[in-house]
Amino acid sequence: MSLFDLFRRRTSAPVARERLQVLLSHERNVIGKSDLIAILQEEILAVIAKHVKVDRDAVQIKLDRGDTMSLLEIDVELPKLAGAQGRRPT
Amino acid sequence: MAKVLVVTSGKGGVGKTTSTAALGAALAQGGENVVVVDFDVGLRNLDLVMGAERRVVFDLINVVQGDAKLNQALIRDKRIETLSLLPASQTRDKDALTEAGVERVIAELKEKFDWVICDSPAGIERGALLAMRHADVAIVVTNPEVSSVRDSDRIIGMLDSKTLKAEKGERMEKHLLLTRYDAGRAARNEMLKTEDILEILSIPLLGIIPESEEVLRASNIGSPVTLNNPTSAPSRAYFDAVKRLKGEMVDVVVPMERKGFISRLFGRRVA
Repeated sequence: MSLFDLFRRRTSAPVARERLQVLLSHERNVIGKSDLIAILQEEILAVIAKHVKVDRDAVQIKLDRGDTMSLLEIDVELPKLAGAQGRRPT
Repeated sequence: MAKVLVVTSGKGGVGKTTSTAALGAALAQGGENVVVVDFDVGLRNLDLVMGAERRVVFDLINVVQGDAKLNQALIRDKRIETLSLLPASQTRDKDALTEAGVERVIAELKEKFDWVICDSPAGIERGALLAMRHADVAIVVTNPEVSSVRDSDRIIGMLDSKTLKAEKGERMEKHLLLTRYDAGRAARNEMLKTEDILEILSIPLLGIIPESEEVLRASNIGSPVTLNNPTSAPSRAYFDAVKRLKGEMVDVVVPMERKGFISRLFGRRVA
């Protein structure tokens, strides 16, 4: 351990503060709207799965609540065409 | 008008029960009519911290289920006339608490007392939700430590969404009670500072309770710290917090232990 480490080790509180700020800004977003997002995710996934074979992780939903406008972002990653049902070349 | 307080935190072991007893005893010493209610069904401890563990006959669940009258379950403190305890059950299943039952008991307590202080169980489950359900004011007990701050943030979110007040569209009054604070370590950047925690949680500060051996000494003998040693550093902080609860404007300071010469010389090494 160098002399530098000796001094650095003492200031752990700023690290704690930063980690908390990052973590909580994320968690507040997720937890506040978890019910709605979870329901949307399940239903959208079900609709897509009727027509295309997709992974559970392939559907990402994000909700940004703003003061004047809220944005619902749905990101669906489709597999390559070969995985699509009903559209296979015969 | 009676006020219903919930002392809550999410995380366990941060000082909910200690603070409930200390605040209750401090309020009651000022002549207020106070009842402290233990919601920690199955793991009751408020009776022990209050020194009333051998006087428990009936408990909150008996009253909720109608097996006992409220007056039969209330334990009046032997030292402070205006302080009472409604203990939790030790053995019963915690599902025995019903929402309607709790509502009835709280309403009855509000008629008898000026302050109803509910000691919440740790966690974010049913018991914690029932403890905060009817509160007018929430005291969020937090240690200057990352996991405690995170859990407090969760609890604040629940206070704003799952309480009766929140459901009626009213604003839930929330206060931060910072416990086990070490001003020296915070100054040396070894511990989260009050400002950091206030900035992260953004609720007003009710008080800073310094880390102190007086707290353990008081619980060892079953006496709220504000009663056992009213001039000790944590007690002075609790008394200040009580003044703020009653609406007085008091500057927040971290009380220091008044040490004698000898303990100043040797205190550090022993601790």
